[in-house]
Amino acid sequence: MIEPHDIVVLEGVTKRFPGVVANDSVDLRIRSGEVHVLLGENGAGKSTLIGMLSGLQQPDEGRILVDGKPTPITSPRHALSLGIGTVFQHMMLVPSLTVAENLLLGGPWWQRPKIGQLEARVAEITRSLNISVRLHARVSELSLGEQQQVEILRAMVRNSRLLILDESTSMLTPQGIEELGALMRRLVEQGLAIVFITHKLREAAAFGDRISVLKLGRKVGEITPPRLKFLGEQAAIAEIVEMMFGRQTDDPEEERHTGTFAKLDATPLLQVRDLSVAPRPDSPGLSSVSFDIRPGEIVGIAGIDGNGQKQLAEALSGQLATSGGSVSLDGRPIDAMDVGQRRAAGLRYLTDDRLGEGTVGAFPVSINFFLKQVGEDPFWRHGFERRGEIDARAGELVRAYDVRTPSIGTPIGRLSGGNIQKVLLARELADGARVVIFNKPTYGLDLANTLATRQRIRDTAARGLAILLISTDLEELLSMCDRIAVIANGRLVGDVQNEDDVRTTVGRMMVGVAA
Amino acid sequence: MTGLFSEVFLGALLFGAVTAAIPLLLAGLGEQMSEKAGVLNIGIEGMMICGAYCGFVGAFYSGSLWFGFLTGALGGMAVALVMALLCVRLGLNQIVIGIALTLGLEGLTALLHHFQFSRSYPRLPAADATVIPVLSEIPVLGPALFQHHLLVYIAVALVVVMSIIYRRTQLGLNLQAAGDKPAALDVAGVDVVRTRTVAVLTTGGMAGLGGAYLANVGAGLFIPFITNGAGFLGIVLAMLARGRPVWVLFGALLFGICLSLTTAMQVAGINIPTDVIQMLPFLAVMIMLVLFGRRASLPAALGIPYERGAR
Repeated sequence: MIEPHDIVVLEGVTKRFPGVVANDSVDLRIRSGEVHVLLGENGAGKSTLIGMLSGLQQPDEGRILVDGKPTPITSPRHALSLGIGTVFQHMMLVPSLTVAENLLLGGPWWQRPKIGQLEARVAEITRSLNISVRLHARVSELSLGEQQQVEILRAMVRNSRLLILDESTSMLTPQGIEELGALMRRLVEQGLAIVFITHKLREAAAFGDRISVLKLGRKVGEITPPRLKFLGEQAAIAEIVEMMFGRQTDDPEEERHTGTFAKLDATPLLQVRDLSVAPRPDSPGLSSVSFDIRPGEIVGIAGIDGNGQKQLAEALSGQLATSGGSVSLDGRPIDAMDVGQRRAAGLRYLTDDRLGEGTVGAFPVSINFFLKQVGEDPFWRHGFERRGEIDARAGELVRAYDVRTPSIGTPIGRLSGGNIQKVLLARELADGARVVIFNKPTYGLDLANTLATRQRIRDTAARGLAILLISTDLEELLSMCDRIAVIANGRLVGDVQNEDDVRTTVGRMMVGVAA
Repeated sequence: MTGLFSEVFLGALLFGAVTAAIPLLLAGLGEQMSEKAGVLNIGIEGMMICGAYCGFVGAFYSGSLWFGFLTGALGGMAVALVMALLCVRLGLNQIVIGIALTLGLEGLTALLHHFQFSRSYPRLPAADATVIPVLSEIPVLGPALFQHHLLVYIAVALVVVMSIIYRRTQLGLNLQAAGDKPAALDVAGVDVVRTRTVAVLTTGGMAGLGGAYLANVGAGLFIPFITNGAGFLGIVLAMLARGRPVWVLFGALLFGICLSLTTAMQVAGINIPTDVIQMLPFLAVMIMLVLFGRRASLPAALGIPYERGAR
């Protein structure tokens, strides 16, 4: 085996997208013979980091060293020629071609594909890795696990020295995950470096030699191979949980959950019983979700993104057909009501998709305040828009909610996310709201707007409304909620009162480790 | 109805069918390549009419049909270059640009022709036929199929060439990947934009050649709007052929027969309004789409501009 050495080193790499810092001065050493796990939640900046290593994106600051020399990786082709092979989260194979043809993609275009040469090479690699691949099957006929092996094989055929696996276990069966772990082990034994990206703690601790934890674009910790060996799996997991969800002392968002507005003896305003939604290929659905919210109470839903949060919000608001269970508002079942009727009854939903679902970007701010009341008195009469009424009321709302807009006639798409959110808040909290569902209300907002939005939610609870707060930001839930339930795979896996030290309990439930 | 089934009639019908089919075949093969690579090339009608005009002008002034074919192909490629720049490199909407190119070139060629030749329509001398020995002596079929201009045989040979490119070469793999999963091609280290550009330029060359044949051999002159939807028929052929060149050939022959019937029935003196007969090929399109439209399998990324890193 070759002496371990640094293959790729990242120094102070920063990447910004409009309004977001995806990677903030990240340092990383990737060494041969090591499985280096990059661990972090969605939005932690893992994919951006991979994009830069595989040549899809360029860093704004900092530099990447390959074999000790500063090397800008300019394109996927360049990354390949440097020996960096990537297995992307979304399969990068052409479904209508055979495995062999996919492996041959990228050869000189004037040549005939060298099938014979490929077969020999593949036989050699598959033998050493102890896997089998059907070279002449069409990719569309393969299972996801098999497709992944083909992608790994492709990187090997190209003589990669560094193999990047991006969320590679997300689509695999438990057995497939075990096989992948064993395969990674054999690969690093041959002297390869592997970067393994995941948000699952167990996999990180089981398969990794070195673990780096990312949080909101920053690297917040690293566990070195000797330390990882010393700690053992359980202790390592505990340490990672502390890194991922632990409190940072200088966090400006630091707020304590102070007092509650909940009337604990009151009858629940919103009652959800055994709510179910059939799963779909792209979403987990909901299975038998039950909870109550009393007036003035803020109930939080925590969980890793994509575990049924959106389905829960849409099932409650009436936008998604349910397959079972019941929802009642103030004791009255609302299952038969459509979206408009639920809204009229006082159930309001603040979507996380502010521009796609919440507003019409090309419409002026004024009209967007009343999108859900189109055609209703007093803003419309006999099917005609009444400019005066709309503008007068919109002007009031703009002042009341402090919407920073050049004018009420400005297309809402031109405003910042924070101001769009204020318009949505104004719209949903107006007249007759009783239960409000917030889906990721501060996602993508800057600090000032985040704090303002949270204060608005607290004020709403103080008015005696029942609040369901869905968020992937654990800090936010801890600072706001009276109770926190954790959703995983469309199921509520736990439910705690927000008192001292629930942070770690909730964190562990979120990542699928029993509390 | 006399003579409808006579040898002379049948021979003329088949001969005309082949003549009419060749521009469709070239357009269809060209369009097929663009579509394989993921570009819906609606501008092909414009490429054809430009090829017809440039081909005619080239042949008219040089006196050489072959020089005309060359200028025709170059004319088609010039239009394709604009299409490739706007739709492949800049990622603009392929349908809008395609329609704009078609309408623009129909007008432009008509205008240029008017400036040059006013209202006269000069003709080219009849094209020399290449008579294939032995085969051309088969009764009826021989004269109808094996006494055509050399370009006809070249066009048919292109069907084989294309099949080999698609099935046996690295270029064929790259083209199919560019249409089905361009991101996969990109991470394999092949420039998607370049691959698609090559495909669109080839389409332009073939469509231009088809247009030049239509003007120089089929009609022997250039008339404004001479292509009369042949490019659009090419798009239909490419869509129905499911990526296989040989089906473009069959489809082109079928449409060719329909088009040829138009002339043949008038020659035979059948008392049907010509307008009705001229509808035939397009009626055939609709029937074929009803019958086979569902089977059309198009590349997954057809019509979608490729942008690196976008999901």
